[in-house]
Amino acid sequence: MAMSAKSSELTRARVRSAWLFLSPMLVVLALVAGWPLVRTIYFSFTDATLSNLSDYDFIGFANFIEYYEGEWYGVIVDPDWWRAVYNTIWFTVVSVGLELILGMIVALTLNAAFPGRGMLRAAILIPWAIPTIVSAQMWGWMLHDQFGVLNAILMGIGIISQPVAWTASPDTALWAVVMVDVWKTTPFMALLILAALQMLPSDCYEAARVDGINPIKVFFKVTLPLIRPALMVAIIFRALDALRIFDLIYVLTSNSRDTASMSVYARQQLVDFQQVGYGSAASTLLFLIIALLIIVTLMVGRVRLGEDPR
Amino acid sequence: MRTPWYAKAGFWLLIVAIVIFAIFPFYYAIVSSLRSGQALFSSSVWPDSVSIANYVSVFTGQPFGRNILNSVVVAVSVVAISLFLGVTAAYALGRVTFRGRGLLLLTILSVSMFPQVAVLSGMFELVRAFGIYNSLWSLILSNMILTLPFTVWVLTTFMRELPKELEEAAFVDGASPWVVVSRIFLPLMWPAMVTTGLLAFIVAWNEFLFALTFTLSTEQRTVPVAIALLTGATQFELPWGNIMAASVTVTVPVVVLVLIFQRRIVSGLTAGAVKG
Repeated sequence: MAMSAKSSELTRARVRSAWLFLSPMLVVLALVAGWPLVRTIYFSFTDATLSNLSDYDFIGFANFIEYYEGEWYGVIVDPDWWRAVYNTIWFTVVSVGLELILGMIVALTLNAAFPGRGMLRAAILIPWAIPTIVSAQMWGWMLHDQFGVLNAILMGIGIISQPVAWTASPDTALWAVVMVDVWKTTPFMALLILAALQMLPSDCYEAARVDGINPIKVFFKVTLPLIRPALMVAIIFRALDALRIFDLIYVLTSNSRDTASMSVYARQQLVDFQQVGYGSAASTLLFLIIALLIIVTLMVGRVRLGEDPR
Repeated sequence: MRTPWYAKAGFWLLIVAIVIFAIFPFYYAIVSSLRSGQALFSSSVWPDSVSIANYVSVFTGQPFGRNILNSVVVAVSVVAISLFLGVTAAYALGRVTFRGRGLLLLTILSVSMFPQVAVLSGMFELVRAFGIYNSLWSLILSNMILTLPFTVWVLTTFMRELPKELEEAAFVDGASPWVVVSRIFLPLMWPAMVTTGLLAFIVAWNEFLFALTFTLSTEQRTVPVAIALLTGATQFELPWGNIMAASVTVTVPVVVLVLIFQRRIVSGLTAGAVKG
């Protein structure tokens, strides 16, 4: 009796101290994430400008959509915004898709036993370690229309006869962005898939091998279903990352309208055009799109996050 | 069952292709950075010139040394603050059961998925209000939104895996929670903290959007912004040699760091994602 009273007192003391330990982190998180998010959403209903952030009027939904003298105005009817939405979604689907396929190939390779495996793993970590801006510039130089090494190589082999203006032409600019992103983030995908592969039980592979089942069939019937949960997590992480892409596009294709992502569009309104209200409206829409996608994937994918990962 | 020769050859060909794909751009950046003047336009894949002129001009043409120092100051401060806040929070989240813990973890995880742009105007107002616009403090503050959530998340995962008996004996002996965290967990958490610290360092070192928006003068820029905004003699002529030299200068330390701590980084990356 005395024992249990003492231990419940101990538990209560521990819970109290837990909140004490949590509070500094929660305060900082509220300051740098919660408050700015609330303010951004608030600004999206105002006509604030960057030059004077304290003087603004509340204008309702006018930043999103407004009917004024026979014309519609606002983010929702801006073709540039929809272009940015299309660009972002196209980029996300294509790049994450390619990263998944290439990441799977690299992970399966790394999962095999061969001399020099550690070196290969080290080599694929290099693209991941290089800062995004640096990779954008490195590729920008390789993709240069006149002096780029890629054009030189492709023309040397005879694949193309004319130099291609990879980053400047609207037809290829988004592909160039995809190329760099795939190069940079495939290692991350590969490492996540590799971690999942290494947790698989080896006995069913033994059985499959003894029965002489085709390795490709084993991959689709055994491996893929078993690593599906890990794949889902990797895809969600990457997709959410891709949806907010900013730096790669900003540097590689220098703020062009043809390749602008949602983040690039929002920042341009906000900083370059100084329209904090309008830019915040675009940011808020991006936030809502991402929040919606998180909720949908959590429900559809039945991926459990949060409570007791073990 | 022996593997036929063509399967073996194909496998090694695949490995060679992966290695070339992974390291060629960095290799080519190094080769280009060592070419100066007209040699830069050779577009040969082989190193045919060794000149440090680009490196000299990067450091003399603009305050690039200062930019590197800025990045180091910001990244180190962000890592230190994130780790301190992360360890204390991870103790509470990983070792104590209390109501609302799952919801809290979910909130922290969702913050790490925030698009940076979604907080940009609010953060701008905050930075102005604190009077830290165009100073490194603005970057230290804003970078916390990127590093803190995953630091807490990864450290919590590590903290959970330590045996339960660890703190119980200490608590029965009447040790305070602070003593338990600093004397018992901290020594055991070092490996995890090195991993998370490295990941946070890389995130802060690479951050671009906030650094581009919250700094104005060349002296206050961090490395990514400095490299993105390097300009040549005219607006239409980008100084590619200088850009490559600057890129190689800031990338070599990170690559060396990553290669040294390879195993830790891989375990940290996968702990953050797979177990989550």
